[in-house]
Amino acid sequence: MRPLKIVVLIKQVPDTRHVGPDAMKPDGTVNRGKLDTVFNPDDLHALELALNLKDRVPETEVTVMTMGPRRAADIIRDSFYRGADNGIMISDKRFGGADTLATSYTLVKAIQKLPAYDIIMGGRQAIDGDTAQVGPQCAEKLNIPQVTYVEEVISITNDEVVAKRRLSKGVETVSSPLPCLMTVHGASPACRSKEAKRVMKYKYARTNSEIRRNDEFMKELHAKRPYLTIPEWGVEDIDAEVTKIGLPGSPTKVKSVESIVLTASEAKVLSESDSDIEGMIKELIEHHTIG
Amino acid sequence: MKSVFVYCEVENQKVADISQELLSTGKKLATKLDCPLEAMVFGSQLDEIENQVSPYGVDKIYIADDKRLEPYRTLPHSSLATYLLKQEDPQIVLFGATSVGRDLAPRLASALNCGLTADTTILDIGDHFVKKEKKEYKDLLYAIRPAFGGSIMANIINWDQHPQMATVREGVMKKEVFDENYKSEIVQVDVNSIVNEEDFVVKIIERHIEESDVNLKEAPIIVAGGYGVGSKENFEYLEELAKLLGGEVGGSRAAVDAGFIDHNRQIGQTGTTVRPKLYIAAGISGAIQHTAGMQDASMIISINIDPEAPINSLADYVIQGDLGVVIPKMIKFYKANAK
Repeated sequence: MRPLKIVVLIKQVPDTRHVGPDAMKPDGTVNRGKLDTVFNPDDLHALELALNLKDRVPETEVTVMTMGPRRAADIIRDSFYRGADNGIMISDKRFGGADTLATSYTLVKAIQKLPAYDIIMGGRQAIDGDTAQVGPQCAEKLNIPQVTYVEEVISITNDEVVAKRRLSKGVETVSSPLPCLMTVHGASPACRSKEAKRVMKYKYARTNSEIRRNDEFMKELHAKRPYLTIPEWGVEDIDAEVTKIGLPGSPTKVKSVESIVLTASEAKVLSESDSDIEGMIKELIEHHTIG
Repeated sequence: MKSVFVYCEVENQKVADISQELLSTGKKLATKLDCPLEAMVFGSQLDEIENQVSPYGVDKIYIADDKRLEPYRTLPHSSLATYLLKQEDPQIVLFGATSVGRDLAPRLASALNCGLTADTTILDIGDHFVKKEKKEYKDLLYAIRPAFGGSIMANIINWDQHPQMATVREGVMKKEVFDENYKSEIVQVDVNSIVNEEDFVVKIIERHIEESDVNLKEAPIIVAGGYGVGSKENFEYLEELAKLLGGEVGGSRAAVDAGFIDHNRQIGQTGTTVRPKLYIAAGISGAIQHTAGMQDASMIISINIDPEAPINSLADYVIQGDLGVVIPKMIKFYKANAK
């Protein structure tokens, strides 16, 4: 079988398990500087599925692509350590504040810069928004079929992929022609670990904007080993229209944000004594709540 | 006035619960906006399907009946919905936040170049003043959803790229029949003139739908346990009480993660949203992730050794004590007092 070209869309996300109200800016958008960041969990599953296909189909090339601030290059390096071949960083201040429509437009403009692709993959959803929208929106813009919630790729040939999907209430096996887009469900296998050898090889991988002007060591190293330079694409590099990216390209806006406060009520506080509990049970029966 | 539109999911001649919930909510929005409510139903063998849709007060129903439309596949449904939404130009479109709705709605939002808010739990109508334009936009959809792991509720609006679309979480909105005899206009969609062969390139090879034997959503009484229950064995107390009261057992995410209870019984943001008559929370601290899925219960009893457990502020009864003591006593006194 011919080698595949797989693009994995990945995202660095705030660790939403530890969020305080100070993480929001007054305009209601996220103040990412205040939060720890992680590799979006579902995207790691997508990377694993891509690497698994690379294991099955020799010479397959896995390219990870992310849109985000400069420090999101961390997850590109992380992907190199686990087995990705190439990484592309899409970064520009003007991409900021994008909703899913503007994000998918930007990603698609970047994907269209690539010479070829067979499968676009991404996690089912990102934990900062839980929307699961960017994948299908990219598929529509690329005018290719989408296979969402993929748990397993059962078979792949030169022009068709067969995959198992996890639905709300069951599973479904579908075939789709290539190229197609897949979103990968968290029920699929977890991503393989970083390889020590690959960590050594790629630990100095950087985007140009990560390299300090006076860092001669890094500059020299990158001149000698071009694979360490992570391409960094801005608005002009992908020919994006500025009205379709970032905040201006985003139809959905945050009107207001409320921290959740549990509403206080006048609870009856009881002990575990017989009289307290029997009293409560009698009240519940009397009010027809039980019985 | 532009309409409110609902995409109805249908399988085996039955309109899904979520779609009935959406129609009920759609009717309320349409009433506030004084506009028609419309619905689209795509599937196979849909004779008289309108009888399940009309009672929610739907003014116009678009039916696309073709054996290739069921089970759901993205491309043909997307082509049909895109065509109808372009033609009808509604102001609001609602979908279930199900594996179907969340697959379809974003594809449509991209095709229509409009905004989409995922996984909303509250929908309302309101105004918004846009400072930059010095303009007040009237009667916008407020699409309100939990965000950031449930620590905040965000109100998402879209004033300039219509329709305003949202997916709505299952089991959050109430099903309410508007009028059993409501008369809808029925439009049969000419499927072949809209879809083409390329819409059927993705083929379903095998399909297995699990009929869940757990029905938390409909249970009038739920006895739920958290990490504080401590073990799978201790959950047996909860099961005994639930069985006695004619209810179901549920669990918090922490209890599911700890393996005390099966994941299909998880209650909360990432599980099922419930609104029972009585909710007994045993050993549940009350993280927002959990309370967001049960706070609408009519009555809440919290059993917790920690008097400061956040869930206590939601409760009608707070029993400070060990559930291993309290629950057997509840069983005993229920048996003694029930008629």
